[in-house]
Amino acid sequence: MKHIKTINSANLKESAVKGGCGECQASCQSACKTSCTVANQKCENKNK
Amino acid sequence: MIHQYRLNGYNIVLDVNSGAVHLMDNLSFDLLDMLGDPIPESCPGEVFDRFTPAYAREEVEDAFRELLALQKADQLCSSDDYNQFAKLMTPSPVKAMCLHIAHDCNLRCKYCFADTGEYMGHRELMSLEVGKAAIDYLIKYSCGRHNLEVDFFGGEPLMNFEVVKEIVRYARSLEQEHGKLFRFTITTNGLLLDDDKIDFINREMSNVVLSIDGRREVNDRVRVRVDGRGSYDSILPKFQKLVEKRRNGPYDQYYARGTFTKYNKDFAEDVLHLSDMGFDQVSVEPVVTDPAEPYALTGEDLPEVFAEYERLAKIMIERHGTPKDFNFFHFMLDLDQGPCAIKRLRGCGCGNEYVAITPSGDVYPCHQFVGHDGWKMGNVFDQSLDFDLKCKFAAATVYGKPECKNCWAKFYCSGGCNANSMQYSGDILKPYKLSCELEKKRLECAIMIKAATL
Repeated sequence: MKHIKTINSANLKESAVKGGCGECQASCQSACKTSCTVANQKCENKNK
Repeated sequence: MIHQYRLNGYNIVLDVNSGAVHLMDNLSFDLLDMLGDPIPESCPGEVFDRFTPAYAREEVEDAFRELLALQKADQLCSSDDYNQFAKLMTPSPVKAMCLHIAHDCNLRCKYCFADTGEYMGHRELMSLEVGKAAIDYLIKYSCGRHNLEVDFFGGEPLMNFEVVKEIVRYARSLEQEHGKLFRFTITTNGLLLDDDKIDFINREMSNVVLSIDGRREVNDRVRVRVDGRGSYDSILPKFQKLVEKRRNGPYDQYYARGTFTKYNKDFAEDVLHLSDMGFDQVSVEPVVTDPAEPYALTGEDLPEVFAEYERLAKIMIERHGTPKDFNFFHFMLDLDQGPCAIKRLRGCGCGNEYVAITPSGDVYPCHQFVGHDGWKMGNVFDQSLDFDLKCKFAAATVYGKPECKNCWAKFYCSGGCNANSMQYSGDILKPYKLSCELEKKRLECAIMIKAATL
């Protein structure tokens, strides 16, 4: 495309279908403890 | 739903439901802004009234075609299909636990949400008996989950470190029998760190959070000892030693973690100071407190704080790929391999997947609920767990929070901190506005950094 550059290949919708294994880290355990950011967590699903 | 914004010379469009991020030229960006969501199948005539002759008609048509193609590929103005999943959100196994090893502290930080360690109760250390019962409780309620997390928290957990070591030993002894992997973390102010503790932490803890606020004068204004003296000169070399030794150990994750307040709205200087002191994993977060406190951040501070986040983002771009490169926790974002949408629907998991245990063995939804009446949800000795309350937290998704449902940031913060919502908005389903504004700004900066460092 000439006018638009897409910088990721994310497809959240697909991740909903295959997701939810629950093996990832609880987001509050990483560093925050007073706030919440989830999108920086790692996915640990081995079957996706 | 889309979110489009300009920052640092980039025209950025986030397609909320697919997670796609697009960089656009001025024409396509302004055209999208005019067309709205969804994009019509054919280009409306008024588009040409606005964009020609500044742009050639063919250029406008070309930009329109690109926007429409992305929409057809479900990467722009994509539909919201998640409510069906949100409705299925039932209680999950408990997989993470915050152990309040010490309701006591050797610092008297002025902004402490934990009432300088007492949690609105009294000073108390967790016994090994309680710690073991907590591990048993976690194994019981984790059902089929393999990865389990235990965070040693306080107060100051190093004040009760022998119990920490024994709990680790006990949990490790149960891993094989129950098919579990324990990941331990610890959050410490560093005053009591010595070589033995550093070695144990680096050997056993998959993550360690080192509490320090940045520059000496900033840290020592609020992170003071019982006698009022500052803590910076004591903790900095210990933290540096821990991080240096950690480079040779089995785990690399750690954070030098600070809090910024109204006293240091130039907090980027504290982030950079920590980086300059040798910490390449840094988290400096806004204070969460009663708005009446003199150090509290309020709505009037937002323009300055936003500008500071932008300044920090630009500096990080300059340092990217150089020896001075570092990681800032709140700008971390994985646009491709991040958490699945199911995880993003309800975020932190408190009260459902995550609980906190007090020194007396009481169970709370998370560390920030401890000491607040009405939120106790069980006890490790009788292995009780309030399933009605657990269900309430399990249902606290971004689709169960009216203000989150229509927010562009919902899949990044996942509804924010339920404890903040409870304390400052009076309801776990009502997000705390100030936190939302800060989070949205950080996300905008984080995405922009991605664009700038491709």
